[in-house]
Amino acid sequence: MSDTLDVVLRLLAVFVVFLVLPLVIGQTEHKVMAHMQGRLGPMYAGGFHGWAQLVADGVKFAQKEDIVPAGADRRIFQMAPAVALLPYLLVLVAIPIGPGNAVGQFLDAGIFFVLAVMGIGVLGSLMAGWASANKFSLLGGLRTAAQLMAYELPMLLAAASVAMAAGTVSLPGIVDAFHWWWVPWQIVGALVFFTAGLAELQRPPFDMPVADSEIIFGAYTEYTGLRFALFLLSEYAGIVVLCGLTTVLFLGGWHGPFGADGLGWLWTLLKTAVLAFVVIWLRVTYPRLREDQLQKLAWTALIPLALAQIALTGVVKVVIQ
Amino acid sequence: MTGTGTHDVLAAQAHGFLSPTGVEIVFLLVGVVTLGAAIVTVTTRQLVHAALWLVVALGGIAVEYLLLTAEFIAWVQVLIYVGSVVVLLLFGLMLTKAPIGRSPDADSANRPAALAVAVAAAAALVWVVADAFRTTWIDLRGAPQGTTKVSGEILFRHWVLPFEALSVLLLAALVGAIVLSRRTERENTERKNGAR
Repeated sequence: MSDTLDVVLRLLAVFVVFLVLPLVIGQTEHKVMAHMQGRLGPMYAGGFHGWAQLVADGVKFAQKEDIVPAGADRRIFQMAPAVALLPYLLVLVAIPIGPGNAVGQFLDAGIFFVLAVMGIGVLGSLMAGWASANKFSLLGGLRTAAQLMAYELPMLLAAASVAMAAGTVSLPGIVDAFHWWWVPWQIVGALVFFTAGLAELQRPPFDMPVADSEIIFGAYTEYTGLRFALFLLSEYAGIVVLCGLTTVLFLGGWHGPFGADGLGWLWTLLKTAVLAFVVIWLRVTYPRLREDQLQKLAWTALIPLALAQIALTGVVKVVIQ
Repeated sequence: MTGTGTHDVLAAQAHGFLSPTGVEIVFLLVGVVTLGAAIVTVTTRQLVHAALWLVVALGGIAVEYLLLTAEFIAWVQVLIYVGSVVVLLLFGLMLTKAPIGRSPDADSANRPAALAVAVAAAAALVWVVADAFRTTWIDLRGAPQGTTKVSGEILFRHWVLPFEALSVLLLAALVGAIVLSRRTERENTERKNGAR
């Protein structure tokens, strides 16, 4: 019975993380963007520096009318937000946060699991883009698909480089094998992985699929109320997952200069938070890439860099053995 | 399906449990769902729905791999087929005029021929696989037999030559695709002149 209880508690913990962290990042984005732009951001909701702004937003979204366009494919249109959001919940289960057994569920092929399931999330955007019966949505869906196909490969190659270095494809195994000098050794792979991940999440500067000044809001143009909120939530959950994965794969997860035994999970959270801050920072400071520039960056810069990283990893690995 | 029957008997003899086990029941149920989704994929008149039912069918196969403890193969199946091939399919469909709702002209006189080929191929595969593996079974209670380590060792120790041959074949296909899609200098100028 204690086994069942253990599993239930783990899943519950993952679910709480899934509910809390994306909201924290959303609120941080409000505040960080505001201060970078010389303003205050939300200040009233909840009293202290507008901490309850996202809760208020949620209440607002829940009250809005849920509209399905007359020409839309009803069932696909309504299913799309769930398909976009749930994969990130599944991915969180496999990300280890501390040493020992501090992971939702140990998976033998963890890297493949997280990358495969993250790819499914994009199907949600494609379904939304097609089922809305709207030209802007369709354009958004097309751009999403093109972007995913361009950035999935460098992401996978960069992750493969770490797996080669560690000699395992399980996420806890990779962090266990980590040494500090892996950071300079794998730095190119880390940059490629993070950039490709940003593109997969459609975050600026890679937000062509939702470029509001060109195609309104891409695949999500026709969505209102809670379903729209779910798409927004999936973006923030995606940031949590991407930053957590980059931490685990390239920055050593729970390893830190001190206190790695008892407080390892704090290191993981801290590194994830710093990366999330970088994601927000990029949004405020970088202009959006054009569609062709985006494709060019993936095929002519990221993929060769990732291949070079794999070659470097292989050479170093053979030399140190 | 004599293979499955033998499998059950052997598994029951080896472990002394009543047959079929829970995993086998789940395996069969998922198999039925996968088969159903596959049939809907080829019979539906709604093009994009066909692609989405294909996701269900491919995902069902991944679950079957998982039930056979082949975790690595299962996730690669999801990564390649659901994550990339279906996205490519949807991308292609979006470029066409795939309507929302039924495509009345999505019909073909080749239906009987396609059915015959499909049934023949399925029968041949079932017969070959059942005949080849009728005395082999997977011990689901012991250590997983399809881990990444095991798959990698078998692939790169016993099957290196086919693996390399396949990779060369894929590379040739890749180069061929680039050659075919590249316009030559002359065609480019002709195109410009035509535009004028």
